[in-house]
Amino acid sequence: MTPQSLAIILVFAPLLGALIAGLFGRRIGNFASQAVTTGLLLLACVLSWTLFIQWTWGGLEAFTLTLLPFINVGDFQSAWSIRIDGLSAVMLIVVTSVSALVHVYSWGYMAEDDSRPRFFAYLSLFTFAMLALVTAADFMQLFFGWEGVGLASYLLIGFWFKKPTANAASIKAFVVNRVGDFGFALGIITVFWMFGTIEFAEIFPRVQEFAAVGWSFAGQTWHAVDLACALLFVGAMGKSAQFFLHTWLPDAMEGPTPVSALIHAATMVTAGVYMVCLLSPMFEYAPVTKQIVTLVGAVTALFAATVGLAQNDIKRVIAYSTCSQLGYMFFAAGVGAYQAAMFHLFTHAFFKALLFLGAGSVIHGMHHEQDMRKMGALWKLLPVTYAVMVIGTLAITGFGIPDLHLGFAGFYSKDTIIEAAYAAGEENGIAYFAFVIGILAAGLTAYYSWRLAFMTFHGHAKWGHEPHDDHAHAPAQHETHDEPLPDAHDHGHHHAHTPHESPLVMVVPLLLLAVGAVAAGFVFVEHFVGDHQAEFWRGAIFTAPTNHVLEHAHHVPHWVLYAPLVASMLGLAVAFYIYVLREGLGARMAAKEGPVWSFLYNKWFFDELYNATFVRAARGLGDLFWKVGDQKIIDGLGPNGVAAVSAAIGRRTGKLQTGFVYHYAFVMLLGVAGLLTFALFFWQA
Amino acid sequence: MTGILSLITYAPLLGVAAILALRLIAPAGSARSAELAKWVALVTTLVTLALSLVMLGQFDRTTADFQFVEDFAWFGGLHYRMGVDGISVLFVVLTAFLMPLCIAASWRSIEHRIEEYLIAFLALETLVIGVFCAMDLILFYLFFEFGLAPMFLIIGVWGGKNRVYAAFKFFLYTLLGSVLMLAAVLGMIGITGTSSIPELMTYDFGQEIQIWLWLAFFASFAVKMPMWPVHTWLPDAHVEAPTAGSVILAGVLLKMGGYGFMRFSLPMFPDASAYFTPLVFAMSVIAIVYTSLVAFRQTDIKKLIAYSSVAHMGFVTLGIFSGNAQGEQGAIFQMVSHGLISGALFLCVGVVYDRMHTREIAFYGGLVNRMPWYAAIFLLFTMGNVGLPGTSGFVGEILTMAGAYEASTWAAIVAATGVILSAVYALSLYRRVVFGEITNPALAEIKDLNWREVAIFAPLIIGTLYLGIYPAAVFDITQASVDNLVAVYRAATGG
Repeated sequence: MTPQSLAIILVFAPLLGALIAGLFGRRIGNFASQAVTTGLLLLACVLSWTLFIQWTWGGLEAFTLTLLPFINVGDFQSAWSIRIDGLSAVMLIVVTSVSALVHVYSWGYMAEDDSRPRFFAYLSLFTFAMLALVTAADFMQLFFGWEGVGLASYLLIGFWFKKPTANAASIKAFVVNRVGDFGFALGIITVFWMFGTIEFAEIFPRVQEFAAVGWSFAGQTWHAVDLACALLFVGAMGKSAQFFLHTWLPDAMEGPTPVSALIHAATMVTAGVYMVCLLSPMFEYAPVTKQIVTLVGAVTALFAATVGLAQNDIKRVIAYSTCSQLGYMFFAAGVGAYQAAMFHLFTHAFFKALLFLGAGSVIHGMHHEQDMRKMGALWKLLPVTYAVMVIGTLAITGFGIPDLHLGFAGFYSKDTIIEAAYAAGEENGIAYFAFVIGILAAGLTAYYSWRLAFMTFHGHAKWGHEPHDDHAHAPAQHETHDEPLPDAHDHGHHHAHTPHESPLVMVVPLLLLAVGAVAAGFVFVEHFVGDHQAEFWRGAIFTAPTNHVLEHAHHVPHWVLYAPLVASMLGLAVAFYIYVLREGLGARMAAKEGPVWSFLYNKWFFDELYNATFVRAARGLGDLFWKVGDQKIIDGLGPNGVAAVSAAIGRRTGKLQTGFVYHYAFVMLLGVAGLLTFALFFWQA
Repeated sequence: MTGILSLITYAPLLGVAAILALRLIAPAGSARSAELAKWVALVTTLVTLALSLVMLGQFDRTTADFQFVEDFAWFGGLHYRMGVDGISVLFVVLTAFLMPLCIAASWRSIEHRIEEYLIAFLALETLVIGVFCAMDLILFYLFFEFGLAPMFLIIGVWGGKNRVYAAFKFFLYTLLGSVLMLAAVLGMIGITGTSSIPELMTYDFGQEIQIWLWLAFFASFAVKMPMWPVHTWLPDAHVEAPTAGSVILAGVLLKMGGYGFMRFSLPMFPDASAYFTPLVFAMSVIAIVYTSLVAFRQTDIKKLIAYSSVAHMGFVTLGIFSGNAQGEQGAIFQMVSHGLISGALFLCVGVVYDRMHTREIAFYGGLVNRMPWYAAIFLLFTMGNVGLPGTSGFVGEILTMAGAYEASTWAAIVAATGVILSAVYALSLYRRVVFGEITNPALAEIKDLNWREVAIFAPLIIGTLYLGIYPAAVFDITQASVDNLVAVYRAATGG
């Protein structure tokens, strides 16, 4: 088969699965729905790897297939197409691999759910939208995929639609993403009027023309490329949950855990990073926006890591961790090391999906308990889960020995980012700031990741003391945002109340992801960021002739190589001390509810701030415009007198209403006829 | 194919005649007469649809000229002129497409005076199609004004509790606009000595007079759209109108305003249009933000959707007065798309209203538990309303914003907030009606869609997705005429 036909099949296979399971799921049953969607996803996965291998080792050339015109108005030309190049090849394997494993895993995790066809249909629909996003050749299809994954995310966060918290979280996710899309849409339109096209292949060669051109927007003159990139980056901030627009991601944990692994960790949330890398030919000529990207990324990396320190819900810890890691990717892109950003996106997909699915395995084994304070000592009962979670933790904390060039996946990618930030920081204050934060956040990452591992798997068992009851989770108990969220709903069947290891269908995906978390780094480091990177990307990532960040990153002082390792060892040591050696210290610290703890536990009070401002303003203005604007002013000044009269007539005529209407109709027709007669005379005169 | 436009326009009147003739075989008002009348109306509208599709098939996409032209002397020196171009042809098809759905949607929900009701709808179809086919100013005016009457009756006779107030408000606003328009029509004929629209389109009105004529037409079209601040008749009219009345009101009648701007204001009064563009832009973006926020606070499902219609029409006026291809194409597309999506949303309201006889949002909740197919269809159209790419709702929005951006980045920025706000009101409505547990015992036995309802939704689903994925289907038809319009407008305004 030609690469072209492979590409077509792999993009549309998930859509086919989604349609079959979504439309006929009830008729063909749970098993058939699951089998069809999972089978097609596995097919897509195999085909993606085939393409990727051909790309990496087989010398496959980049190509774009045009399938059908989409919007074609004047210069505004877009088409449904499939673009295969280095970037999309990487994204294809990330998306389809994690998605296929999540499909398989969900056979076990969702086994007790009544709506499995719907679940699998949504998962496959998401995958299709994500594939459309990563293979887009112009901004319209990119936006289609962008919003399509948003729709799937909305549907999956609110999958358990009976839960008010899930419904609220799904709307929040959609609306906050729309705030990002506000910027994204304006960015696309700016690009259109700037370049006279929205096709990537036509835009990229011409960016330099606009590198020093002014552009008028909102009454100001801006640096053209900076403006376009900044607006587009707002979209990336929304989708990738960056500072200010991050609030939806923790709440998105209301969705089933496989969803969190696929959408809110490995793939969708990385779309923003992907977009910045894809648009590297533009960002390279947007110096100010690159600084903004660096700053936002760095602040997010630190902010999310600090919040992660104090959370007790196992999924929320990982969610903040995701947010923080995305920050790393952004500041890597911001300092010009797009390859490093993509590399971290790639490795992160494996170990973060592993951590989420591992957490899912714990939650499953604990009969839908997510509060880590009620866990502990699970390592003996869930040995495989324990082992893979430790691997995932080692990967995310970037464990490895710099001098041996040997470590877990995160070691290669995260350290490259930190080194790149250091290299860029020699001339650039914000990059240096990002470097410092990168090290600091590495320490915090180690602390919260090991804290999670220790609270869950070590120490005393907190689940044996009180009789555990599946059905004890009254929804009201979990409605406040800071309480742990009950994952999955009652399933009306009773396990023995002892935590248990997950079934094989869940364990196998964990093991495969664990292989990725170990090996994704050292197998691909040379290709993504090492000596072979230029041959690997083959132009998919553009770096300006003045951008030597990646080369310089390979020649940083020795202490820079060891700084992240030291920081993460410190984090590990502190976590070990608080949660293992002095078990109970952490709980006592939290119980004091000191100001720092409260600030972190309440996520820097962002939700409260937004509720007090935006949400209240929207409600208040809506009421004001409606009750004062429409009813008092417009209706009052406009048809007021007549309306009052008519109301009076209406009251008096009461029962004669129908006659009244005919009367008016008659008057109206007479009027028109009269006017017309006048018109005819006028015409003849 | 000469004559096909008149055939399409007056075919519904044959249905009217047939319904009147039913009195010969069944007593008026009897169940048998009502049943037969429904079938007559359905068949008539389907035949009209088929004719309009034949016409669309024969339509030459390569020219901006009027096609299927009919022109003969009428009485008193007047001419009967009919014709369609790329700007009007789709509205003819849209009207013919929505009418059978309206008849089908009224099958069970109208319980009294059914024959008269159907006659009103058929007469309305003739008049609305006439508006889009008329190539003569007087003829246009006749169709435009007489179109008020059946709609007025549909609201006033078959409407809800407050129908008289709503019908009156509707009447008052629209008549006010049309009196001014009539004055302008007379003035134009007086100046030029012709009432032929194609001739008027090439006539060069002085700048001074353009301002007055533009304002007079604007008064009428702005009310029809409706634009802020003359929009308050619409929510009331929708709330009181029967479901099918809302469908046709939102689906087609509002488009007469947008069509009017493109047919008259832009080509005939280009200088005045350019002069007033800032005003129109301001009114449009205020409409988008203002009515979206008002929609968010509504407690009545229909009112919420009505307000969202006003917001969506804001994008249309924004696009039209952008004066570029993206804006005009976006505006036409947005009007067609809104015809499908808002029509479908009003049908969604009708489905639950028929079952529960209330439109209070608070009454509902948890419908997905009992009505999964309804929930899925309602979701699709909610997403269309939100402008999700892949549905037709997206294309018009992005193009009108793109069009407006060239003229004013501020207008595009404010309009883009509509992207956020539409998600806020539409998703909160969907959540409150569909998601959650069923807590109202009255809903415990509510039934999912029946086959008749599915059959009504099916064409709208197909249309929304087809146009969302392949909008080029529309642009291919409209392109020649729009390019011509833009070229004429730009040449006249030196843009």
